[in-house]
Amino acid sequence: MPLQPIKFYQTGTFTVGNRLLDESQRTVQANMRRTNSLNSGHRACQGCGEALGARYALDAAMQATKNRLIAANATGCLEVFSTPYPETSWQIPWMHSLFGNAASVATGIAAALKVKGKQDVRVIAQGGDGGTTDIGFACLSGMFERNDDVLYICYDNEAYMNTGVQRSSATPPAARTATTPAAGAHPGNSFGTGKNVPLIAMAHRIPFVATASVANLHDLEAKVNKAMTIHGARYIHIHVPCPLGWGSHPSDTLKVARLAVESGLFPLFEAEHGEITASLRLRKKAPVEAYLKLQRRFSHLFGEKPDRDTIAMIQAIADRNIEKFGLESP
Amino acid sequence: MLQQLEGSRAIAQGIALCKPEVVCAYPITPQTHIVEALAEMVRTGELANCEFINVESEFAALSVAIGASAAGARSYTATASQGLLYMCEAVYNAAGLGLPIVMTIGNRAIGAPINIWNDHSDSMAMRDAGWIQLYAETNQEALDLHIQAFKLAEALSCPVMVCVDGFILTHAYERIEIPEAHDVDAFLPPYDPVQVLDCNDPVSIGAMVGPEAFAEVKYLQHRKQLAALELIPEIASEFSARFKRDSGGLVKPYRLEGAETIVVALGSMNGTIKDVIDEMRNEGHAIGSLAIVSFRPFPLQAVRAALVDAKRIVILEKSLSVGLGGPLSDGVRKSLSGTGLHGHTVIAGLGGRAITRKSLKALFVKAEMDELELLDFLDLDRDIVNVQLEREKETRRSGPVAENVLKSIGTVASRIA
Amino acid sequence: MKKPFAITLDPGSSLANHTGSWRTERPVYVDRLPPCNHACPAGEDIQGWLYHAEGGDYRRAWEALVKHNPFPAIMGRVCYHPCEDACNRGKLDEAVGIHAVERFLGDLAIRRGWLPGKPAGPGAKRVLVVGSGPSGLSCAYHLRLMGHGVVIVDSAKAAGGMMRYGIPKYRLPRDVLDAEISRIESMGVEFRLNSRIDDIMAAMAGFDAAFLAVGAHLARRTDIPAGDASRILDAVCLLHDMEDGPPPMLGRRVVVYGGGNTALDVARTAKRLGALESLIVYRRTKEQMPAHESELNEALQEGILFKWLSTVKAMDEGGVTVEKMVLDETGFPQPTGEFEKMEADSLVLALGQESELGLLKNVPDLEIENGTVKVNSSMMTSHPGIFAGGDMVPSDRTVTSAVGHGKKAAKNIDAWLRNETYIAPEKHEIAGFDKMNTWYYSDAPRTVQPELDIARRGSTFDEVVGGLTGKNALFEARRCLSCGNCFECDNCFGVCPDNAVIKLGPGLRFAFDYDYCKGCGLCAAECPCGAIKMVPESI
Ligand SMILES: Cc1cc2nc3c(=O)[nH]c(=O)nc-3n(C[C@H](O)[C@H](O)[C@H](O)COP(=O)(O)OP(=O)(O)OC[C@H]3O[C@@H](n4cnc5c(N)ncnc54)[C@H](O)[C@@H]3O)c2cc1C
Ligand SMILES: Cc1ncc(C[n+]2csc(CCOP(=O)(O)OP(=O)(O)O)c2C)c(N)n1
Ligand code: SF4
Ligand code: SF4
Ligand code: SF4
Ligand SMILES: [Mg+2]
Repeated sequence: MPLQPIKFYQTGTFTVGNRLLDESQRTVQANMRRTNSLNSGHRACQGCGEALGARYALDAAMQATKNRLIAANATGCLEVFSTPYPETSWQIPWMHSLFGNAASVATGIAAALKVKGKQDVRVIAQGGDGGTTDIGFACLSGMFERNDDVLYICYDNEAYMNTGVQRSSATPPAARTATTPAAGAHPGNSFGTGKNVPLIAMAHRIPFVATASVANLHDLEAKVNKAMTIHGARYIHIHVPCPLGWGSHPSDTLKVARLAVESGLFPLFEAEHGEITASLRLRKKAPVEAYLKLQRRFSHLFGEKPDRDTIAMIQAIADRNIEKFGLESP
Repeated sequence: MLQQLEGSRAIAQGIALCKPEVVCAYPITPQTHIVEALAEMVRTGELANCEFINVESEFAALSVAIGASAAGARSYTATASQGLLYMCEAVYNAAGLGLPIVMTIGNRAIGAPINIWNDHSDSMAMRDAGWIQLYAETNQEALDLHIQAFKLAEALSCPVMVCVDGFILTHAYERIEIPEAHDVDAFLPPYDPVQVLDCNDPVSIGAMVGPEAFAEVKYLQHRKQLAALELIPEIASEFSARFKRDSGGLVKPYRLEGAETIVVALGSMNGTIKDVIDEMRNEGHAIGSLAIVSFRPFPLQAVRAALVDAKRIVILEKSLSVGLGGPLSDGVRKSLSGTGLHGHTVIAGLGGRAITRKSLKALFVKAEMDELELLDFLDLDRDIVNVQLEREKETRRSGPVAENVLKSIGTVASRIA
Repeated sequence: MKKPFAITLDPGSSLANHTGSWRTERPVYVDRLPPCNHACPAGEDIQGWLYHAEGGDYRRAWEALVKHNPFPAIMGRVCYHPCEDACNRGKLDEAVGIHAVERFLGDLAIRRGWLPGKPAGPGAKRVLVVGSGPSGLSCAYHLRLMGHGVVIVDSAKAAGGMMRYGIPKYRLPRDVLDAEISRIESMGVEFRLNSRIDDIMAAMAGFDAAFLAVGAHLARRTDIPAGDASRILDAVCLLHDMEDGPPPMLGRRVVVYGGGNTALDVARTAKRLGALESLIVYRRTKEQMPAHESELNEALQEGILFKWLSTVKAMDEGGVTVEKMVLDETGFPQPTGEFEKMEADSLVLALGQESELGLLKNVPDLEIENGTVKVNSSMMTSHPGIFAGGDMVPSDRTVTSAVGHGKKAAKNIDAWLRNETYIAPEKHEIAGFDKMNTWYYSDAPRTVQPELDIARRGSTFDEVVGGLTGKNALFEARRCLSCGNCFECDNCFGVCPDNAVIKLGPGLRFAFDYDYCKGCGLCAAECPCGAIKMVPESI
């Protein structure tokens, strides 16, 4: 009789909690006493992936640091929806300066903590993809290169959402944004553009780089936890669907995120000192179409006459990722 | 202790005496010698308990200072010219957040045409950013103003720029009295921030503020500067009591008794102006001068009180508000409103053009004869200007102005031709 | 800290902003009916007892189980588990092995000597139960738990009905059967065996109500011309004799006529009794056979032979004559006139059973239909106070249905005795597969139960299918998806971007904080088991 390995808990390690698991093995999010670093009452859209991702990441970091945490935030949705005067949703010491300088502000905070001998207090910088891959990129690279003791978290919703969904260098090919309209011979964002900041971060040979998704909380928390055990510059790039910008249903936020991972379009991996050390195998491989179809920003690819060629080009990107990052079990 | 030092070195020593905890900078002439000296002092341990951070841009430099200051560290940076403009967004931000950062500006012109020499275009471009701006006349004063700047900034929770003329001061060797550490310690208490990122008392700093409160926030910034008008003289007198010399204050009048003509200026050119005034006073001219130390806040009352009895005012400016005149004149004229006094704006020393005693004397004499325009330019070569204007009239594609001008002067003509 | 105006704010102050006003739909927690529970004829709360088993608390699991069904060890062996056919996990990989866990719990309880809860109060009323088959036993058990005095009367030597006199030992070892029946006895139910009731009206004297469950024990016959020496037996008698009579003499070649489970049991029994060849003749095709698939497979493994699309026409010394059939357009078998002769020492007829209803002769206005007694939705016959269930009423004639009838009757009898009407709680909406988000469940193929070696099956009546061990029973229980009912996975608590889900603590489930819930629906979409429903907000 093929006996199963006995560590099996109904939902295994995929749900947020699991009454059958030891409390220490459940996620931080399952804990009744989690910090809710980003509290209720914020003004993010319904089903906002960024709001969720930020709480996931910061609650995990709070636990990992025993609540000794300070965050610097770039301008963007996360900042705007969390801190409109006269209320803030943050429960942790938090500061917003500008759109493009979160990494540097964090460097300054870390430097101050160092001279003050408060090295138990850890620093996180965070921003959207625009604030990270575009306007904040120089500051980010500088922070990496100096190996400052900062964990930078990018919440990638693949466009400038706060200003009304314009293209960023993280916008995927074919996606419609306000500045890459679904018009003309090649509707949506151009192929062959954009940059992969996790890989660029790795090129700085910093101690830790990882990608994560709101669709895989356990993996996300593990990466944040690991990052908090390391000193020096660290980078986590979290995929966070934006129902508004992507034209997906608010209740589909995690489904969409999951399909991005399961299709191979958003590979989950981690790297240390410039070398990939682990990548997450796809659980239930999905075609890119399943992912694209849920989002109005790709709706021009479907309809009466589906744009098979473009879909195939996107599938090829996913396939390349699967190959490159070894996302399929051997 | 009296020492023969380069201005930058002296300023660096003054800053070190203030025990900054985070120093960050990005190199730009003529600020470099200051931060190089600080880097060295941090490395050697002469400046202990300080993080020196080499950043990738001025924008990052001030941003690091913003973060450090918000986390409760005494923070310092320095820049000039292009660098100041490159950090412009952060300049406004630091003031808006009320972070008491002290920044040295080694005043330098702004391109194009790119130019490394002194004038005040850079700091003037930031005059409305919400920073206090103090202008040093000498390197001794530059050093002293930094010590006062930290005290002022931290008392008000407002950033302060100390403006030091590039090369003229930064690279000049002078005999400078370096204050004693214990005196500075007594004068400048440790930084006690009004807001700080603290795990035991978390706050959110940098909220988004809409129409319902933005004006109030801005008005409160203005109130801080009004408070500085009181505080600057207090700090200056406290300083002179402890260090036995006068430095800073709002304005510095010179030989105003009975003066019919008063020259108003910022920074190092006051030295030359005073020399000319001495010479002309000896010759019987009723002339004096007023050095303005605090350009922001602008001391309207003090300026008015100093100038009100004169017959004419000459405002010498190292900065041109293109299309209008001079930014200093705006303040001075405002202080004179209702007195019937004319202020004559004279733009001088742009891009490092020497301001000679000879030219100044000729200018002042002309002023006494009431022959000055409301806006005049010192030592402007009208011929060159006319040649270029002609050229532009003749050919649409008349070529780059800067190169044409250089050709006219003949400095590079042979090489370019 | 004296904070600068407006730009610096107090932590968490956004609680003042009640974003609940944005909502157009609100999430609500629901309990949906798991398809397994829905399919269980005994009305077990399968998911409910699996929940405890998942946590390794087998005692509580067993207690939850026997609230509805007193026979986990029996049920785990003989029930055809329609629950597993309905199980949502079947659409994911394979159905949860519910019966295997059930059997595990039943066996464990026997080993440990666990007893169900104490009966409530002294026997206020007295109820007569006729028949100690699963239906009668189940009814007695529940009535006793409710505090009534119960007497079971049965004509047989031992209790159990068809569980003892029908189902062979290799499927249901008698020690298991005895253990579960004796538990009922130990609860104070009185057994009067070897006593046949011929007139129920007379027997009712001294009782407040009666439950009849006499089963269906008369073999249905068909006219088969047969020579003198030919041995023709019926399945019911044969199996009865296996328990309680001289071992039947079947010879070397046995033909069994019929296509139901009984036919399979007889054919397999014949094999164990030493027949070299055991052949089943059935009118229709393999696909149309009513016998349960797993039993068919076991029979095939044991070398039972089949002759499909054939009817037995005659028997004589040389053997049986069969006629070939063909299916007509409607799928009905039609004779072809082609005959075939095959060797046989004996022919066993397994053509179904009928009820012997003689004991009802004096009951006025009794409604009988197709040989079964009609009962209303309260399991009461048209005669007040006389209830009936099991094989003698219209039903699918399984142990499980019989047990279900017994429970349902007990509830109704209890109410009737108090002059009340029992009203069953309303059933929840079924938790269909479309309500689930199965991504969250670990991949976990079904545990295979060990089986006895084929070699040993030919000769002994040892049990064929083995039980699970503690470890793999735990595994199997954890394969349950908990369809439709919160199992405290914390997903809703975790995935809400607005922290609008309040975790009430272990065992207490969750609540929504409608002050902040924006109604995005993420919690409902990500609940693995479909325990959250979005409903339109009323304005
Ligand atoms: C060979 C065989 C195999 C089967 N296998 C399965 C199986 O694997 N799974 C399954 O679910 N079902 C199976 N069944 C069907 C199942 O056994 C019956 O549906 C079930 O036992 C019916 O229960 P019951 O309580 O209604 O009647 P029974 O179990 O038939 O019990 C009736 C009892 O009433 C007694 N009785 C009858 N008349 C009187 C009277 N006048 N006075 C006193 N006592 C009386 C009888 O002695 C008997 O003990 C099988 C049936 C057979 C024949
Ligand atoms: C220097 C500067 N340029 C532009 C803006 C306008 N701006 C504010 S937020 C934003 C978009 C933010 O996009 P991203 O970083 O991806 O975050 P998101 O809102 O998508 O979460 C832009 C363009 C700004 N505030 N500052
Ligand atoms: S626009 Fe997108 S990222 Fe911004 S709050 Fe809405 S859902 Fe979140
Ligand atoms: S998501 Fe999990 S915790 Fe929430 S209702 Fe569903 S099963 Fe229960
Ligand atoms: S996830 Fe939160 S906000 Fe969305 S419907 Fe559920 S409780 Fe409401
Ligand atoms: Mg974005």
